[in-house]
Amino acid sequence: MQLKIHYYALMREQAGRSEETLETSAGTPAALYGELVDRYGFTLVREQLKVAVNSEFSDWGRPLVPGDAVVFIPPVAGG
Amino acid sequence: MRFRFTESPIDTVQARNDLLDLGAGGYVSFEGWVRDHNEGQEVTRLEYEAFQELAVKEGERIIAEALRRFPVKHALCIHRVGTLDLSDLAVWVGVSSAHRGEAFDACRFIIDEVKHRLPIWKKEHYRSGDSGWVNCERCAAAPNHIHEHA
Repeated sequence: MQLKIHYYALMREQAGRSEETLETSAGTPAALYGELVDRYGFTLVREQLKVAVNSEFSDWGRPLVPGDAVVFIPPVAGG
Repeated sequence: MRFRFTESPIDTVQARNDLLDLGAGGYVSFEGWVRDHNEGQEVTRLEYEAFQELAVKEGERIIAEALRRFPVKHALCIHRVGTLDLSDLAVWVGVSSAHRGEAFDACRFIIDEVKHRLPIWKKEHYRSGDSGWVNCERCAAAPNHIHEHA
């Protein structure tokens, strides 16, 4: 299925892009992150991240469906 | 909108006026400024980046929570994105209320929640020429050492 991924901050720099549409068989955000670590060598481990699907915070085990927009959220530093 | 981002300098006079209320006896604000040092490094400028679609929703939820928890009149928060220089205003929170106590409490609640919950990142540029994403680089090097930074 196709998913839309947006990257921010450190992950944007490590991926070398801010967004992409990806063909993947990953059924959950957790599986997807594993794929992307292999592809881009992200240094953050999953336990440091949160994940959002379609612009709302999500569980790592949520089943993904075609067209979902996924954002991995590195440790935040607002303010 | 009670939470918003801006790429331009924050107009604190206008923002304060948005809090005026005939029933309010006072107002408390917090300004977060760009500081010239962090964790032993000399900082020269910052870049703020946000996942705005989610951050605005979550920011609105924080303000709504503050208005439920504390008997205040109005609350607003504005956060900069983009490149900021030393002493620039990065975030502004304002709360008006009948009495001062709850205005202080609500203002503190909002800035604390904003710092912990909103998907906003800052990259520090150092005098050494180096740079780093706050809370990401050092933790990435030692992923078992997960903690919160002030």
